[in-house]
Amino acid sequence: MSQPFRTEKGGRIDRNEQLTFTFDGEQMQGHKGDTLASALLANGVHLVGRSFKYHRPRGIISSGSEEPNALVGIYRNGDQTPNLRATQVELYQGLEAISQNRFPSLGFDIGAINDLMSPLFPAGFYYKTFMWPKSFWDRVYEPVIRAAAGLGKPPKKPDHDFYGNLYAHCDVLVAGSGPSGLAAALAAAETGAKVILCDEQAEFGGSLLSENSASVDGKEPADWVAVTLARLGAMDNVTLLPRTTAFGYFAHNYVALAERITDHIANPDPKLPRERLWQVRAKEVVIAAGAIERPLVFPENDRPGILLADAGRTYLNRYGVKVGHKVLVATASDSAWQAAFDMADHGVEVAAIVDLRETPPKNLMAIAEARGIRVEAGCVVTGTLGRKRVKAALLGRLMTSGQVASGGQVECDALLMSGGWTPTVSLYSQSRGKVVWDGDKGAFVPGKSVQHERSTGASKGLYGLQATLEDGYAAGENAAKAATGKSAKIAYSTATGGEASNGGTLGALPHDRNASRVKAFVDYQNDVTAKDVKLAVREGMHSIEHIKRYTTTGMATDQGRLSNMNALKIASGALDRPLTDVGLTTFRQPFTPTTFGLFAGVSRGDFFDPVRKTPSHDWVVENGGVFEDVGQWKRTWYFPKNGEDMHAAVARECKIARESVGLFDASTLGKIEVVGPDAAEFLERMYTNPWKKLATGRCRYGLLLNDAGFITDDGVIGRLAEGRFHVTTTTGGAPSVFARMEDYLQTEWPDLDVWITSTTEQYAVAAVQGPKAREVIAPFIEGIDLSAENLPHMSVREGTFCGVPCRLFRISFTGELGFEINVSRRHGKMMWETLAKEIEKHSGTAYGTETMHVLRAEKGYIIVGQDTDGTVTPQDAGMTWAIGKKKLDFVGKRGLERPDLKADGRPQFVGLLTTDPKVKLEEGAQVTVAENPATGTSAEGHVTSSYYSPALDRTIALAMVKNGQALEGKTLYVPMPEGSIPVEVTGTVFYDKEGARINV
Amino acid sequence: MSELLANDLITPDAGESPLLSLSEVSILKAAPLTRLSLRARDASLKDAGKAFGAALPVNPLLAETSKKRAALWMGPDEWTLLAPEEDCQALFTAIEEKLGDQPHSLVDISDRSEAIIVSGEKASWLLNTGIFIDFSIESFPVGTVTRTVFHKSPVMVWRTGTDTFVVEAWVSFMEYVTGLLVQSAQELEVA
Repeated sequence: MSQPFRTEKGGRIDRNEQLTFTFDGEQMQGHKGDTLASALLANGVHLVGRSFKYHRPRGIISSGSEEPNALVGIYRNGDQTPNLRATQVELYQGLEAISQNRFPSLGFDIGAINDLMSPLFPAGFYYKTFMWPKSFWDRVYEPVIRAAAGLGKPPKKPDHDFYGNLYAHCDVLVAGSGPSGLAAALAAAETGAKVILCDEQAEFGGSLLSENSASVDGKEPADWVAVTLARLGAMDNVTLLPRTTAFGYFAHNYVALAERITDHIANPDPKLPRERLWQVRAKEVVIAAGAIERPLVFPENDRPGILLADAGRTYLNRYGVKVGHKVLVATASDSAWQAAFDMADHGVEVAAIVDLRETPPKNLMAIAEARGIRVEAGCVVTGTLGRKRVKAALLGRLMTSGQVASGGQVECDALLMSGGWTPTVSLYSQSRGKVVWDGDKGAFVPGKSVQHERSTGASKGLYGLQATLEDGYAAGENAAKAATGKSAKIAYSTATGGEASNGGTLGALPHDRNASRVKAFVDYQNDVTAKDVKLAVREGMHSIEHIKRYTTTGMATDQGRLSNMNALKIASGALDRPLTDVGLTTFRQPFTPTTFGLFAGVSRGDFFDPVRKTPSHDWVVENGGVFEDVGQWKRTWYFPKNGEDMHAAVARECKIARESVGLFDASTLGKIEVVGPDAAEFLERMYTNPWKKLATGRCRYGLLLNDAGFITDDGVIGRLAEGRFHVTTTTGGAPSVFARMEDYLQTEWPDLDVWITSTTEQYAVAAVQGPKAREVIAPFIEGIDLSAENLPHMSVREGTFCGVPCRLFRISFTGELGFEINVSRRHGKMMWETLAKEIEKHSGTAYGTETMHVLRAEKGYIIVGQDTDGTVTPQDAGMTWAIGKKKLDFVGKRGLERPDLKADGRPQFVGLLTTDPKVKLEEGAQVTVAENPATGTSAEGHVTSSYYSPALDRTIALAMVKNGQALEGKTLYVPMPEGSIPVEVTGTVFYDKEGARINV
Repeated sequence: MSELLANDLITPDAGESPLLSLSEVSILKAAPLTRLSLRARDASLKDAGKAFGAALPVNPLLAETSKKRAALWMGPDEWTLLAPEEDCQALFTAIEEKLGDQPHSLVDISDRSEAIIVSGEKASWLLNTGIFIDFSIESFPVGTVTRTVFHKSPVMVWRTGTDTFVVEAWVSFMEYVTGLLVQSAQELEVA
């Protein structure tokens, strides 16, 4: 197949390697080295998309990441990635691309009716047109607008790729590899500094790759790039990262780079990540981001076939593609003239060079004359013709009066425009630097450095090949010196040609058309016209930040790199205030659109968060246990047998635990070893309870408050020796309790001789609970007398379990005789399997967290975080018994003295029994005094725990109810959608109120 | 020196197959060890070091090794003492006896964590897929040890050779750590 717009020769594409690709199903050819954009242009395709709001036909405008129009979807592995810029998509064999935002087809798009109805959609139309009736917004306006607008469609399947991450450190990070970036990287690297050079493009070299009218050290610019890269590549201290965008500049010279690894490969190895996030900490950053060309704002400046002049030149010189056969060049600056000359040299007919300036530089005029190119000075384009491709342009002659007179019509199939150049200050702006206005250059340029960075070359408004090279070398040397203190003098390359481009314009061009009827686009992607900006000013938006949000100009994926300066000029004209008074919006991260996958990184699937397992895990899996997530832990929820549902399994487990024996994995409970001469004193200050008199070998329940006096954690604490305590915490509270203890030790009581060590994972813990618990553990325990006399409830001893050292606690969270055995984690599996086998002999059962919850609720034991919510005091919870009355102080003591915490009307912990024993309350349900309270009535409290109790053969519930303890015996209500449920207020202990079962 | 003595102490677990075995980097599970957490005041360091068999480093992030012993600096008053598995009880008793009434805390944390040995020319690259520390040899010389995080897991990293690192994590985090290391290394298999 022919590529009618491919040049005979030249360009950096590999003409020997032909690639086949499709666009909207149509098969085409391109070459290795093409981007999708250059390949489409080689095939004569300019129309690549429809605009966001008016659905106008749009073509490729640029050759870089700032491309606003050519957004395409790429199909791969049965799904598509939307909104990729065709200018950045590298061609590979079999690439499948589709256009976006069109229905039913790119050529005929129903949405284009919006273009004709555009008077209905002025700037801010959301805020005006759809104000009334209010209810229409949700049901009519928003769905319709959403369906009509928008860009690509999101992918439907889970991302089939994975994403890498790498932290890196360097002395000098150079972002951008044009002449100044390459020079900076080389100068820095030669000092021995560690250098990372990244560039968003596939090839390093930037503008040098499309420059063929200059030379560096007598070489073609591209050859000089190759030589320089070879030098850099040979150095161990240099990391070269092509296809890598420096997209975020954060605090302390932390810069995020997005490296695209497989997108350009036809059949990438599945072991390669699609992209890699580089999180770089650079001592110094050199920003060599270059500059981008500004579009000219003239009516119908958005037709396919209208491109930036430099893009046209890049397609020609770098990709060997002619953007048209008859090209009109419209400009206000010198650089576009070179594009015209290059076109002419490749046999492209140049219809004319139209320069806004009355007297363009004489040397350019001479060159044009030599090539026989028609030049129109003091002339602008006032409109274009052609629907899906530009076919002619209207010219206007500038008069001294400021008016424009018609200058006739010029036929063309492509139009190259240049309004001058805008330095790319995005990264500098992200580094929190404030740009300053340079009147001579007509541009905002980087001001003072806020972080350790420097801009170089065109990104600071410096143009001309020789000047940018020199500046790049200096930037690299200075950056290396600042980073490492080392310097080295290298020979600078010198350039000839590539002189700085003068001229440029800002804002909308004058024209002789009916201003209310024409559209001159400022922001292509968001369909914002010059008219819209003026309208915003008329409607009271006087700050650029307001204008931006009202019109959406500058809110496209290029963040206004193409549009901001023109919009600013238009606004400043409409406001009649200097441009600098209107201000520039801030550039933010990311520099270009960045995939969610890159940010998510490895945090997906099994690696979303650490999955922490206990030593019983494998046994539980083999025995059909069901897990629940408790923080990062997998805990066994229940063990269904013979097809039981959860309710049946839990009922059975509860029954067996109370009648015989149950085995429970308590390994996840937090454990902290508190050691030192002041250990008891420390616990005395942390917990509400007294500890100094606790005898060695005994345990006590501990309640932990925050400074405000609210319960934050609890657990059993055993005294192993005079200066050694084994503290347990809740599973979820383990890290925070440890951190708070350490905080107090370091900041409040550094004088105490006590230290804490987390032993959560040192020990595996098996809880054996039930009347047969002693018989179950007895065969395996040595060195401990298990009798009730020697080992009463709430004691701890050290001995061995199956020969390995253990800490044996006699404690109970079930109300039954209970033991918790701690062995070192390595032996946890052995302990669990030994006990699991042993309980079978006693018809016992392993049980999970749900049964644990039911058993403790039957006894009225609170679960911190379920029955408490961070606003519950010990008094509220009915646990004043846990407060050491004689203690001078403990964390939260002063908080508890607050009048509001002692006042009447606090919620209090109570039991609730439904009149109908079969009705189970919803946890979280409100409790009221009236059976059917009027809307707006405050609740008296809420249900915190609710279960079916096998031991009582009825439902039970725990609740926090205002003044609840005084309401015992009274009837309250739990209003539900199906009707109000009457409940009797009771005490919190439902089972074995005397506690006889625990002390056997 | 440090390299040799550490390799004497931290040895691959003979019963385990390598978690990763590539030409550029490998991951081996280390055999069980005695790990004791010692907290003490400056005045006790000499005695503690004597009883343990290796001096306690006082400079941040340093490790001191001697035959079958390593003392790792974890904080201004915190050390992790490493020794062969079978020495646990004897060492615990010896240090306790030596320190006697001197204020200190000695806690057995042998089983709290597991160690892996990450080695090879790509070892530091692999660790940097999840650890933000600069592992260049100038910034993190052989013998440096620190607590840090690997993605979302707390870990301890000890450089025992130019291309060898011992990475410890609490046992329940180890699957996460090794799983991600192996996943991140797979691109090295691509020629």
